[in-house]
Amino acid sequence: MCPSQSLEARGGRGPRRRGAQGGEDAEGAGRVEFWTIQLFNGISYGALLFLLGGGLTLIFGMMRIVNMTHGSYYLLGGYVALTVIRTGSTFLLALLVGALAIALVGVVEYKTFLGRLGGKDLPQVLTTMGFALIFQDLGLVIWGGEPQTIPSPAILSGSYQVAGLFFPVYRIFMMVVSLLVGALLWVVLERTRAGAMIRAAVDDAEMAGGVGINVPRVSLGVFALGAALAAVSGVVAGGFVGVYPGADFEILPYAFVVVIVGGMGSLKGALVASLLVGLVDTFGKAFFPELSYFTLFLPMAVILAIRPMGLFGRA
Amino acid sequence: MLPQWLRLLGMGAAILLLVVLPPFLSGFLLTLFTQALILGILAMSLDLLLGYTGLASLSQAAYLGLGAYSVGILTTWYRSNFWVTLAVGLLLSAGFAALFGMVALRATGVYFLMISLAIGMVVWGLAIRWVSVTKGDNGISGIPKPELGLPWSPAEALPFYYFALGFFVLSLCILLRVVGSPFGHSLVGIRESESRMRIMGYHVWLHKYLAFVISGAFGGLAGVLWAYYNSFASPADAELAVSVEVLLMVALGGQGTLVGPALGAWLIVLLKNLMSIATQRWVIVLGAVYVLTIVYAPQGVMGIVRQLTEGGENSSP
Repeated sequence: MCPSQSLEARGGRGPRRRGAQGGEDAEGAGRVEFWTIQLFNGISYGALLFLLGGGLTLIFGMMRIVNMTHGSYYLLGGYVALTVIRTGSTFLLALLVGALAIALVGVVEYKTFLGRLGGKDLPQVLTTMGFALIFQDLGLVIWGGEPQTIPSPAILSGSYQVAGLFFPVYRIFMMVVSLLVGALLWVVLERTRAGAMIRAAVDDAEMAGGVGINVPRVSLGVFALGAALAAVSGVVAGGFVGVYPGADFEILPYAFVVVIVGGMGSLKGALVASLLVGLVDTFGKAFFPELSYFTLFLPMAVILAIRPMGLFGRA
Repeated sequence: MLPQWLRLLGMGAAILLLVVLPPFLSGFLLTLFTQALILGILAMSLDLLLGYTGLASLSQAAYLGLGAYSVGILTTWYRSNFWVTLAVGLLLSAGFAALFGMVALRATGVYFLMISLAIGMVVWGLAIRWVSVTKGDNGISGIPKPELGLPWSPAEALPFYYFALGFFVLSLCILLRVVGSPFGHSLVGIRESESRMRIMGYHVWLHKYLAFVISGAFGGLAGVLWAYYNSFASPADAELAVSVEVLLMVALGGQGTLVGPALGAWLIVLLKNLMSIATQRWVIVLGAVYVLTIVYAPQGVMGIVRQLTEGGENSSP
């Protein structure tokens, strides 16, 4: 099962046309409505993918780690938030606790094993893969095998009605969160001292170390940040499609495609690519439901054929 | 290189284990041995890429899936015999590799790994969504035992084991010939230094491309056998977890040795199935084995064997 299909099937909150479903409507109006709805769904799905892919691309840009555990952070973040909410706290608090908890998980993973591999590409990937298996099973042990939904606050339910179309508040919320996080990341990276240190470490770790930047600590911070972003996306998605075993490996390819298309390490690329992937995937599923994965990966192949480093990647 | 006597001893033990032992095994162990042989072919197909060419691929499950679905569709819809399904399975998986290899091989290193993962998902996506052909989530059941058109039929468990063993040995021999050939040596050269090989005038891309296609074909072969073994083809054959597991087999056994990954397949199949009797938490154990192997024994079992036998000798890694 694929995430965005589940977005519609499980959540059942996609915008709908008023009145009868199906293609018996007046051709012109129906087509405009169809496109508006799909556009809206695609953009909101893209917003979710940006949170996920942004974290992955940050981690890669910083320390060249292709993090196969990223999907696990997404899932575990959702699970942690679910547990926090069940103790009676608010959605916002659960979101923060989930993000912090997963940042901590990332730090421990990095400190205990990943950091010891001396920056070797393949062993790092394989190690994160091992962790993905461990987390997958831990999730099953702790939270069980049943799909669960993170209860979202009342203000996020319902939908706005514009010109006869219903736009669910939750999808708008997804876009807002993504926009806020994106803006925050931009400000931090471009306008603060910490951001300058990160950029310096990405450009040339040795030189950055030479001028007194504690590169290992900056790296660790970025790893934690990336993990936290994955957790945030997991919590946000969890209020919508729910959290369930298998969601980790289901979402991972989408995160990868976003990073590949955008260019590894480029946050701007991740933004453009996540919107692109969200839209292509949504329209692909609407037009060619049986070939949905082809419609997602074919554009990726085309972009790679023209620009092997991705849209905004550096050679 | 291992000392001659040890290699002979190891080979003798392996032959004894694979040829003589099975008739005395319980039905359960026999199925595990059969699984290990088939997945061993898949692991060796990945080793050609990872161990010899230096291309870490996460698309191996795709070929297993393509082979399996070739059998599933051809036998249940057209009642094809074994040879037809084998030919189609090989062509389809090699063709798929030939098509997507053109995209994937534009990238190197971890970039290649990520793209190969996405490519692998294409087959999984088709398996699960193209319901009119693949029956989606339910998979294709009722695959008959292979019809060879010969007086001998591998319908029972033990004959099927020897049937799989035959293909395993054949694959091992062919792949050993490939890696021992000048072509195979060029692949190792590419693994060690792509730029040097390019400067020396080798067509690096073509070498990698051929390795990718050959690997795909052997992956397809494993898929064909896998479907006959299970009498079933399902999206689970093509899912990411399979690619991850195969990578673990290669890493555990020792990449770049062919025999090592086959051994790795055998170890993982036994470990997984025996563990799942003892505990439900075998996935955690598998993950832990993964992490510990990479961190503490990056050259796998074969690397450990080599270290032990070469002990004090001063040899190059």
